[in-house]
Amino acid sequence: MHRAPHPLAWWAWAVALATAATRLTDPRPLALLLAAVVAVVLVRRGDSPWGRSFGAYLVLGACIVAVRVLFHVLVGIKAGGTVLVDLPRISLPEWAVGVELLGPVTTTGLATAAAAGFRLAVLVVCVGAANALTNPRRALRALPASMHHLGTAVVIAVSVTPQLVTAAAQVRRAQRLRGAVPSGLAAVRATAVPVLTDALDRSLTLAASMDSRGYARTLPERSQRAVGWLLLAALVSTVVGVYGLLTGAPAPQAVGVLVVAGAAGVTASVLAGRQVRRTRYRPDRWTASDTALALSGVVGAAGFAATAADWPGSALAAALATLVTVLPVLGGGPTGRGPAPAVAT
Amino acid sequence: MTAAIALEAVTVTYPGAAAPTLQAVDLVVGEGELALVIGPTGSGKSTLLRATCGLVPHFTGGTVAGRILVEGRDTRTHLPRDLADVVGVVGQDPAAGFVTDTVEEELAYAMEQIGVPPDVMRRRVEEVLDLLGLAPLRGRPLADLSGGEQQRVAIGAVLTPHPRVLVLDEPTSALDPAAAEDVLAALTRLVHDLGMTVLLAEHRLERVVQYADRVIEVRPDGTVRSGAPAHLLADSAVAPPVVELGRLAGWTPVPLSVRDARRRSPELRARLTALPAADAAAEPPREAQDDEPVLLVARDVHVHHGARGRRGQPGTHAVRGVDLDLRPGEVVALMGRNGSGKSSLLWALQGTGTRSSGSVTVLGRAGALPLDPATLEPAAARRVVALVPHDPLDLLFRETVAAECTAADPHDRPGAARSVLTALAPGVDPTAHPRDLSEGQRLALALAVQLAERPPVVLLDEPTRGLDYLAKSLLGDVLRQHAAAGGAVLLSSHDVEFVAECADRCVLLADGEVVTEGPAAQVLVSSPVFAPQVAKVMRPLDLLTVEAVRERLVPR
Repeated sequence: MHRAPHPLAWWAWAVALATAATRLTDPRPLALLLAAVVAVVLVRRGDSPWGRSFGAYLVLGACIVAVRVLFHVLVGIKAGGTVLVDLPRISLPEWAVGVELLGPVTTTGLATAAAAGFRLAVLVVCVGAANALTNPRRALRALPASMHHLGTAVVIAVSVTPQLVTAAAQVRRAQRLRGAVPSGLAAVRATAVPVLTDALDRSLTLAASMDSRGYARTLPERSQRAVGWLLLAALVSTVVGVYGLLTGAPAPQAVGVLVVAGAAGVTASVLAGRQVRRTRYRPDRWTASDTALALSGVVGAAGFAATAADWPGSALAAALATLVTVLPVLGGGPTGRGPAPAVAT
Repeated sequence: MTAAIALEAVTVTYPGAAAPTLQAVDLVVGEGELALVIGPTGSGKSTLLRATCGLVPHFTGGTVAGRILVEGRDTRTHLPRDLADVVGVVGQDPAAGFVTDTVEEELAYAMEQIGVPPDVMRRRVEEVLDLLGLAPLRGRPLADLSGGEQQRVAIGAVLTPHPRVLVLDEPTSALDPAAAEDVLAALTRLVHDLGMTVLLAEHRLERVVQYADRVIEVRPDGTVRSGAPAHLLADSAVAPPVVELGRLAGWTPVPLSVRDARRRSPELRARLTALPAADAAAEPPREAQDDEPVLLVARDVHVHHGARGRRGQPGTHAVRGVDLDLRPGEVVALMGRNGSGKSSLLWALQGTGTRSSGSVTVLGRAGALPLDPATLEPAAARRVVALVPHDPLDLLFRETVAAECTAADPHDRPGAARSVLTALAPGVDPTAHPRDLSEGQRLALALAVQLAERPPVVLLDEPTRGLDYLAKSLLGDVLRQHAAAGGAVLLSSHDVEFVAECADRCVLLADGEVVTEGPAAQVLVSSPVFAPQVAKVMRPLDLLTVEAVRERLVPR
């Protein structure tokens, strides 16, 4: 019986690659990474709504590159290099000191902008890959107990969007029955009002159903105060740590602060988890193949990250990293869409 | 007898409401009872149900005076979530209450929330799968289930924490007769085998009243009386046909099931057989005349959905070669299981929905050429064939009833929609928001909007859902008037009693094909599933409704 990998294994694989993507500036290893991710998704995604959503992430990535280039042409600081198009420079009034519109478009500038956009696009596609390969609901089931409410909220938010699209189509269709099809602003109103009121009604129904089925039940007399303080501490130290990393403060100190933040967060989560008593029905089990899957992502990512320092000297490393990254292709057919049937064969 | 549910002097007032929705309610439902809550729409049935599970007032707001005890727990101090292990609630639309996406996970959800140990959880899911006959569906996505299956899963999902009380709001209103039987059989099993207490609201009394141990009537002023079904239904405001028949024949106590009535009725049947069928001569059934224009002709209509499915997903072939004629003056009922293609056919006939192949022509006004509605502009199509969709609210998006009516009026006849509305639902507040109307009033408004242009052909998709007996009879009157004025009506419905009262002809669909077509009386009586109660009692007499019996007894 083919078993779907643990959702967190896919997330580990994708997040590792996304992290590697942020470290790379050269578009060539980035392109290899992208190709590897796309190959794995095409082979392993199942025929499910989230599996089909991968195309949307690719389109979104392309849009990101286009927008980044457009912004560069419009307001970017133009570097030197061969001038492609010499657009007139438009200076803005004094209150926008230093901002100039348009200006000469150069090859170097365009290439830099496109590369930066491409990096962001690859990052988005990596996240999209994780989304396409795992059922979002199952992934959220793996969250610790304290995050359970947050997870449920996310699940509902995620499932509302496709519902809105269906509802809008249904309303538009019904309104054709009334003859005059509204257009322009009237059409937006005519569609949005029923769709949104309907969505609100639905979510109230769902909330009532969840409430009367015991959702958000807490054990009495457990204080939440410590949790609040710990979370605040975690948040503040995260901000300080990230700021330190980004501004080039000494790395060990910044990392130290981040570790403290992580510890505070985990403690808060454990404490909060004690207030909730809930259990999990047939939880996903982490197996050796899940470790292998996560490792393929982490090792591949490390390989890619290593090429950042010295390109093209490390082209071999990049090729190896690509191979390691696409290893999950060997894992078999499409990832299952639901839990495996209980009858083991 | 211990009380499973006890209400002591309960008064419920919603914020901004002029009068309380429930007033000074004293009620005791004993353990192991199946209690049926009846009353006209908007009388506070749902409020009563939601008050017993804590959703009123904790979730909806409003003030509750008095005390409500469920299995000894006071709803003042227990939130709905704290009652999850003693009372299970199933709403009107099961699909809207689903949290997870497969059957098994949905069954386990409530147990996960209250922290049932995994091994117990696993066992209970298996038990409930067997109890409700859901085992073959365990891994299926919830969205792919039929209405009856979804309703059974919704019941199963609240059963797994082992509540002692089950509260259901119109569990069978959206279901076809066979699926409704499945759900009711499951419920009676829970009451009889497990001794659960069930509190159930339903408009379609004919389906459930025979299973009830107690009937609770909520009156329009918010007061409540309860008692044994036979006693209380003798003079209640709403009653199923078999009870109406009992009242007409003067039987006491009134019969509750077809079996009761059948055993009481030999004398009545003998009397009726002896009487001449006086009306038959006065009003002969309409015969199709060759020279009469046919308003709508459909030939070999096919509808495919999702034919462009990705990755070789097969599309559904919803309608397979249906032929249909609608003549002036007739009301035709389209019946069949959920998912048998009724809605797809209606939409295809109107021209807005998909029609893969086949032809539809509609005769517009007298003397006009036949037209294919799919080729017309929406505004023109609406003047020859109008459709009221499943959810009337989809048609309505303006802020007030008056604005909807004005927008629907044709240029030459202002006030047309309003006059239809007044006939259908007198006393609708023109300044009210369409969403604040009752189910019956919403349908009336949507129908008024669609009838304002006086289209000769009117199509209705499940118009009787959620309507009480009064609203249904008003709807029936308006449809009959439309037909009498030379129009034609085609409506899809699961409600055999309504069809018996209102339709001339009946078309039975299964799997997108026409199975039977013929005069309503013949089609309905010949099927054990679709036969109305009175027909079952009066067999072999050709009487479908209480009204028909009354006319036979007392010719006008």
